Amino acid sequence: MERTALPGRLSWQSGEVVAIRQETAHAKSLTLAVPQWSGHRAGQHVDIRLTAEDGYQAERSYSIASPPGVGQQIMLTVELLNDGEVSPYLVEELRVGDKIELRGPIGGYFVWEATMGGPLLLVAGGSGIVPLMAIVRHRNAVGSTVPTRLLVSARSYEEIIYRDELERLAADNTGPEVIYTLTRSAPPTWTGYRRRIDADLLKEVAWAATGHPLAYICGPTEFVETAATDLLALGYEAARIKTERFGATGGT
Amino acid sequence: MNDNLDGNAAGGILQEVFPFEMTTALGTCAGCGATKEMGALSVYMHGMGMVIRCPDCDNVLIRVVRAKGEYWLDMQGVRVLRLRGFNTTS
Repeated sequence: MERTALPGRLSWQSGEVVAIRQETAHAKSLTLAVPQWSGHRAGQHVDIRLTAEDGYQAERSYSIASPPGVGQQIMLTVELLNDGEVSPYLVEELRVGDKIELRGPIGGYFVWEATMGGPLLLVAGGSGIVPLMAIVRHRNAVGSTVPTRLLVSARSYEEIIYRDELERLAADNTGPEVIYTLTRSAPPTWTGYRRRIDADLLKEVAWAATGHPLAYICGPTEFVETAATDLLALGYEAARIKTERFGATGGT
Repeated sequence: MNDNLDGNAAGGILQEVFPFEMTTALGTCAGCGATKEMGALSVYMHGMGMVIRCPDCDNVLIRVVRAKGEYWLDMQGVRVLRLRGFNTTS
């Protein structure tokens, strides 16, 4: 048997920060120029490695927010975790022109491409919206008309990441439908959902299971478990529910 | 650090060892027999590596420890590992 086209082991490469955008009080988007970038698929992530002066290293995974096909640049959105080892540096210390070590793209499980179809149900808890935004941006960039609903759970209106872009997308006939639920506080005029996701909320928002929808859930572990369990109860096929969770830190 | 994550986060470390995209590799749990993509498994990261568990029965499928320039893989909990995503020409 002759083997070809092994994707190969990952190696660390250098990325230079070329732009920083404040998304919310606690989250920033970093645009990195990565000369050796091989391209990525919507939903993939990178590992970032920081090395202290004494040689101590810390690695964390961050989802790519930008869609495929933007050349040798990728955008990450990082939310500050107060007890984090890596995010405080990325959010508070990093400046345009700085270089960081990264490797990727990583992952093939939590990935969507237009040929995979839909209807798509994207369920985001807090900064779990990042890889789902890459999917939405990819969908729109390639002109896909796959019916798409994006359910966004955030602590407050101010903490909705990509809020302006989501409102623009939702106003467009071909864009995804965007549904919000706010779990801690809401503006006085708020007419959307005001609670943590639960079975009733998902029943109202999710596509009917009879259309064989494809679901992507990303958020903190408990959020992902709740959403996945409730979608299964609604009749969603286990193999068509993709999940990506991050640790107990962070919130919805 | 000690975080309950999933197999997506394990993709980087596993791809240090295996020359494949590993989150879509299929693992069969030696405990309950469930076969899942690595991305769907539970992962606990710790300072020296990680533990990959079956989300159904909590059996440990794979332990990875990185220490002093070596990788230690304890794989007694994974009965079959199916790697995908490369082509054979013959």
